[in-house]
Amino acid sequence: MSSQSDRGGSDPWVVADRTFASRLIVGTGKYRSNAEMTRAVRASGAEMVTVAVRRVDLTRSREDDILNHLDPDEYFLLPNTAGCHTAEDALRYARLGRAAGMSDWVKLEVIGDRRTLLPDVAATLQAARQLVQEGFTVLAYTNDDLVTALRLEDAGCAAVMPLASPIGSGLGVVNPYYIREIKRRLAVPVVVDAGVGTASDACVVMEQGVDGVLMNTALAAARDPVRMGAAMKEAVRAGRRAFLAGRMPAREIAVPSSPGEGMLDEDPNRDPSRRTRGSARPTTE
Amino acid sequence: MLNGEPRSVPSGHCVAQLLESLDLRPGAVVVERNREILARDALSTVVVEEGDKIEIVHFVGGG
Repeated sequence: MSSQSDRGGSDPWVVADRTFASRLIVGTGKYRSNAEMTRAVRASGAEMVTVAVRRVDLTRSREDDILNHLDPDEYFLLPNTAGCHTAEDALRYARLGRAAGMSDWVKLEVIGDRRTLLPDVAATLQAARQLVQEGFTVLAYTNDDLVTALRLEDAGCAAVMPLASPIGSGLGVVNPYYIREIKRRLAVPVVVDAGVGTASDACVVMEQGVDGVLMNTALAAARDPVRMGAAMKEAVRAGRRAFLAGRMPAREIAVPSSPGEGMLDEDPNRDPSRRTRGSARPTTE
Repeated sequence: MLNGEPRSVPSGHCVAQLLESLDLRPGAVVVERNREILARDALSTVVVEEGDKIEIVHFVGGG
């Protein structure tokens, strides 16, 4: 967190009992091929990757199985409940994911609307409470609503993951103020999940001060996912560093960067504060 | 029913034998029988019964 650790190039963050060096979490869906997915994930530098629980396609199981393409010793796999529209379904998928025996972590996602894929926050909250009770480490996808985020934290979620904009939309952060406020008010890590379209979006997300960012389509649907993975890695770092550095205040009037003093043909005895005509700067008497 | 499709299994076969017949490693999948998840060590003791609804799942790419 401190700028001191940033100088050393290391800026780890902690979710529950695990420490991650990379603040970028990537999904593994929608790639044109598993080989491309593997290379893009590697280029992104992500340590935590999300996976989905689905029926084995009994005709071609070997190709689908993500474990044939990502080494669980190299990546921390985070099973999701994507595609679930009820709390009950989400519980079922979470339990199946845990039964695979890798961890008790789950990315909880309960969809409330098919067009926008916006979350059903009541069902998410209900499922979160139950999963926490069952000993899950819950990272909950939610909308950018502060009150829901606070309730999810109260429910015992290990991280709260508000969206930047709808899943797969690539619209970037539609409400940076809400994201900042959620980060300010929660003690658990805040990860922005969904909506990032390109590197500048990821950078803006991290500049809000959140702990991490999760994306899938931004890589998978890029013309060159591997190159975009590398771009995102840099963007997340840049945004994080800019946040730690503390940005200059924005203002709607120009301020010269070069000294006003020492210009040629100036009368050195003239009051320097009056040199710039129309300056908003107060003159000292 | 197996993954939503009807399938006949030789009588007396356990779930582990079913997986073997499908060329699936028990360690690579999770099996749900009638909405109940089967522990890995139960796969060789649980016998597939007439009318069972069995789901075999694994991890695939997802966000």
